[in-house]
Amino acid sequence: MSYILLAVAVMTAITYFTRAVPFLFFAKRQPPSILGFLQKYMPPVVMAILVFASYKDIDYRAAPFGIPALVAGAATALLHFWKRNVLLSIVGGTALYMVLVRIL
Amino acid sequence: MQDTHFRPGREWRLVLPVAFRASIPVLLGYTTLGLAFGLTLVAAGLPWWLSPVMAVFIFAGAAQFMAIGLLQRGAGLFEIALLTLLLNGRHAVYGLSLLGPFRSAGKWKPYLIFGLTDETYGLLTTVKAPPHVDETKFFAAITALNQSYWVLGCTAGSLVGSALTLDTTGLDFALTALFIVLLVEQIRAVKQWEPYLAAILACVVALFVSPRNFLLVALAVATGILALLRGKIEQRAGARRPDSGGSA
Repeated sequence: MSYILLAVAVMTAITYFTRAVPFLFFAKRQPPSILGFLQKYMPPVVMAILVFASYKDIDYRAAPFGIPALVAGAATALLHFWKRNVLLSIVGGTALYMVLVRIL
Repeated sequence: MQDTHFRPGREWRLVLPVAFRASIPVLLGYTTLGLAFGLTLVAAGLPWWLSPVMAVFIFAGAAQFMAIGLLQRGAGLFEIALLTLLLNGRHAVYGLSLLGPFRSAGKWKPYLIFGLTDETYGLLTTVKAPPHVDETKFFAAITALNQSYWVLGCTAGSLVGSALTLDTTGLDFALTALFIVLLVEQIRAVKQWEPYLAAILACVVALFVSPRNFLLVALAVATGILALLRGKIEQRAGARRPDSGGSA
């Protein structure tokens, strides 16, 4: 219980810090060029790693061979490239996954 | 500028309906995602009250979803801190374009900064305040409405999840879907292959080096590769967009 509250406190502080960075440090001076570089190129890296991490613990050798996650993931991506509606993509992909894990 | 000309109550009455109308897409999104979050959290064996507590204090969807797995397996605080920092690092960009608009926000400024989620940022930078009203109050109304939707969704989700025994098998895919959506947004924005190559290489390395600390190792290796390729990446980005000047 205290572990959970401590974790929430840490996440609260860090999340607030990330949102406050520009106001704390760059209200008066230009951000250094390395920050601009990281701001642009870290998010794609982090997101790609998080997607990979979501798929790494699936057992692809036993039925259903990771098919629900792979199919639903591809559907989520295609849906988002096509409609670009965050809610539609997440709800659609998740619903498809929930159906697939029940029928496969 | 000066809101002393207005009686405060009347001005809020002008601001709130406009802010509410602007926030309806977020209302749909946050209640749905919050519901999924609350259900997933309870299904993971975590206490129901954690969902509203996180929604009130953290107010960050992707980080909250990620935290479910971390808390479930009792991850260390340092790991939680670092992963939150990396996942929410993208928010550090948002403030840069709001430095000006928030300059006169006064007592609301800390809360406006707190509430800079992807969706709130999107609204604040695209929706115009109605004429003759204080922009800060308009921003505050949007931020508070958005957070109230998130708190509502998260609370309802964990209450429903603990009251009923639903078969939520597979609902946790919402987190994967969220990451995929964020990745697609990045692919649209960053049309270069180096970051993705760095990420894939780093993932493979992390799988072999330390599957237990996969995320930490992968992120560290990817950051290293990115730093090594910095000159090349920026050169190519510059060659691609010769007019690149201000926009970041």
